[in-house]
Order: sequence, then structure tokens, then C-alpha cells
Amino acid sequence: MSSIGTGYDLSASQFSPDGRVFQVEYAMKAVENSGTAVALRGKDGVVFAVEKLVTSKLYEAGANRRIFNIDTHIGMAVAGLLADSRQIVETARTEASNYRAEYGGNIPVKYLADRVAMYKHAYTLYSAVRPFGCSVALGSYDEIDGPQLYMVDPSGVSFGYLGCAMGKARQAAKTEMEKLKLKDMTCLELIKEAAKIIYIVHDEVKDKHFELELSWVGATTQGRHQKVSQEVFAEVERYAKSALEDDSDSGNDDM
Amino acid sequence: MYANPNSIINPSLWPNGPAPGCFFNFPGNGVTPSTSNGGIITRTQSPVTTGTSILGIIFDGGVMLAGDMLGSYGSMAKFRSIERIIKVNNSTVLGATGDIADFQHLQAIIEQKVIDEDCADDGFTLKPKALHTWLTRVLYNRRSKFDPLWNTFLVAGIEDGEPYLGCVDKIGTAFSDSKIATGYGAHIALPLMREALEKKPQMTKEEARALLINCLRVLFYRDCRALNKHQIATITNEGVTIENNIQLDTNWEVANFVVGYE
Repeated sequence: MSSIGTGYDLSASQFSPDGRVFQVEYAMKAVENSGTAVALRGKDGVVFAVEKLVTSKLYEAGANRRIFNIDTHIGMAVAGLLADSRQIVETARTEASNYRAEYGGNIPVKYLADRVAMYKHAYTLYSAVRPFGCSVALGSYDEIDGPQLYMVDPSGVSFGYLGCAMGKARQAAKTEMEKLKLKDMTCLELIKEAAKIIYIVHDEVKDKHFELELSWVGATTQGRHQKVSQEVFAEVERYAKSALEDDSDSGNDDM
Repeated sequence: MYANPNSIINPSLWPNGPAPGCFFNFPGNGVTPSTSNGGIITRTQSPVTTGTSILGIIFDGGVMLAGDMLGSYGSMAKFRSIERIIKVNNSTVLGATGDIADFQHLQAIIEQKVIDEDCADDGFTLKPKALHTWLTRVLYNRRSKFDPLWNTFLVAGIEDGEPYLGCVDKIGTAFSDSKIATGYGAHIALPLMREALEKKPQMTKEEARALLINCLRVLFYRDCRALNKHQIATITNEGVTIENNIQLDTNWEVANFVVGYE
């Protein structure tokens, strides 16, 4: 799967003979080691669900959250090195604040995704710095442009998505997502499916304990990005757990 | 060394110094400041578009702020829908007298502060006293640089379950009280508010509202820079409500009896 880039992988300012920048690829490997994060875009909003792996029972619940608020109307879910992603969050918040100071309004998420992508890309050009070992998904909703979802990876490339997944089980998550008709689903339907996907792809053997983080931004939240309320969270968790038990596509069945 | 019209003055006594009868530029100033001031740079302004009084009163269970919606351009009633009372968050409201541009500048900064707090999402929100203290620091430091924000602010809200009302002016004087009025309101309305509060220290919301509306009416009669359209903000434990565009009933019949001002 991964080739050894001996000698051409020491800095981001070097190409390998077959035209790869190994440091960037190694950064993507760092993202692949983290807990899965999925984001889904539907008819009237965007939802985020993150499998936050908890490595010790001694940790306080709710610590080291992986979904952040950028300004009031944009949510950012991250995968990869958490400390690296915190810097991206700060940068994104500063960009949104500068946009508001200059133009007097909410920054469009497409524009912010571009700015974040440019910033991450800059760190892939020099040997003095290393690329960011994190992927971020940005989502927002407004009346005029509707829901929008973008993902930026460590190389600084950003795409708009209907549904995206990052982290260790992203292939499995993508397979589950492709079964859904995302365009016609409402936020409440989406968040249930997103939580279900996280429960399905979670590996009980390798990673025992995890905390589910859910958030959304859409017409139901009047365009504000926020954590899902206690009642909705309980309902969604129940749905996800029960769906996991009777879901015959979960792959745990004997063939 | 330099051309001195007075040859009796010994050049070595003051080389490059001020020559009698000539303009002199003090060295070390990049920008040519006003020489009449001896070269000290001052930027104390005169306000351009201004707002008049804001009234604030604490009643039983909350605070109420009232103020008209006028931005006066000198003596001209130019902008008649300016919101001089704004909601900061669910427990704090800010009202401003004085230069509207300075207020709007601070408004943008406070708005960003609230957004940054939302982002942090740690359960903490800006409390009224904290906003009051922050404003005091900002205004005092600006005045100390001779570049004030030409405003008097009223901060109102619920601080740890109790109603709070505070005032800061452009030179950084800060205090809090159960009844405050800025501008002309301090002279005309405050005595009315004091009298009412003495009679009944714990007013109801409706009584406070009636009192403030009455004071606004008197101010409209007597303050030449007032308007008969205003905002009333009510802050209680339940939250903040700001009503805009409230019209005032006035009775000018007494004007017929005024003689001698034709």
C-alpha cells in the first residue's frame, strides 16, 4: 500500500522521482489513524457526527471535542492530529472575524474553505515547516445558498461534498453513505443516519470506548451551528444503537 | 550658521533655536502639529452625529432602558431610526449617548466579542458588569491618549440573578446605580425617576415602563435634540426584549398660552 520514500521524504520541499511529495502523504496517514468523522449535507442543513475515541476511562467526559464553531453559522469537524486542527480552527475563526470587519456579514463557507485550503497548502511548500496532519470538514446553511459542505485535506485541496468521511473507517463510512439519498433528507433524518454510520463503522475490538459527538446547522437551527440538544441526542443514539442490532447490512452476520 | 536677522544675538547661544519673529518647528516631530499648541498632538474631537439621553431604571425583577431613535446632525434631526440601544447577549443590553459613529465602532467590536465567546462554547457568556468594566478601561485609555470615544454608555442586565445598571462616560468615570440618565436626561428626567423610586423602591415592570415613557415625554417637550419615537429595552431573568419605533403621545395645547417668544 505505502511505498518507502527513502531519501525523498525528509521535507515537504522535495519531490520524489515519481512526482509525489511524501511529507504530504504521510500527513494524510496521520489523518487515517484518527477516529472517524462524517458530515452529511441534505435538503435543509448539514450534520456532523464524530467518533471520538476515548483511550482512558480516567478522562473527563466531553473533553477534547472534535467539532468546533467557526463564527455563528459554520461548523467544523476535524480528523487527525487534534493540536494541528486546533490551529486551523483559530485561523478559520480569524478569517471569519476579518471578513466580518471588512464586509459586515457572515463569511460564505465556500470562501472560508478556500482560505483554509490556501493556508494548509502554504505549509506544504517549505522545508522549514511540516504540513498539517488534519483534515477538516466545514459546513453551513443559509436561506439563499442552502446547505453547503466542504472538506479540506492536508495537501490543501478542497472539494464540495454531499457527504464526506475522514479517519480510520472512512471507506466503510463512504459505502454506507452511498446507500442514502442525501439530497432529499431533512436534518433530523440525516443526523440519525450519521450517528448510525458511526456506530456501524466503529471497531469494537480495536477501539473499545468512544464518545459520539453530534452537531448540525440548518433551517431547524435558524442557520446557527450548534451541538444537538439533549433530547435529540438521546433519540438519535437510541435509533443508531437499535439500527445497529437489526441492521442486516452491518457485515457482522455470517455469510 | 543660520540666517539671523538680529546680528546682535550671539549665534552660539542658540544654534538652530527659535528666531524671534519667525515660525519655529520643534525637532523630532514627523508630522507638523499645530504650532499654536506648542507642538503637542491632540485629537480631541467634536462629535458629528449625536444621540441624546438614555434612561435606565431597575425595577422588581429586572432593568429597563429607554431612549429615542434620533441621530442629530448638529441642530438637524437627520437620522430618525437609529438604534441607540442594542442587545449584546441574553443577559445584557447597551445604550449610548453621544457620537453615533464612535458607538457603531464599539458595537462592531462587541459583536465580534460575543461571536468569539459563542465559538469557545464553554458555557461562559459576557456578564453586564464585565462589559461595564471593559468599557471603562477602553474609554479611560482612549481619553488618556487625548482621543476619546465621545459617548456615555449605559450597561444594563442581569448579573448573577440580580438586576444591574451601570454608566461610563467619555473620560472613563464609571458607576452603577438603580436609576441612571445620560445627557439632558440627567437634569430633566433623573429627578422624576428619583421621586418615583423614593415613593416605591420596588416598582413593577409596568410602573417602570410608565415612568420612563413619561420622562421621555418631558424630554421631548424640553430637549431640543429629542424625538418622539423611541426604543424600550426590558431585561429580566427570562431574557431581553427590545421594542422599537414606539411613538409618543404629546399634548401641545399649552403652547397656545406661551406669549413673548414670537
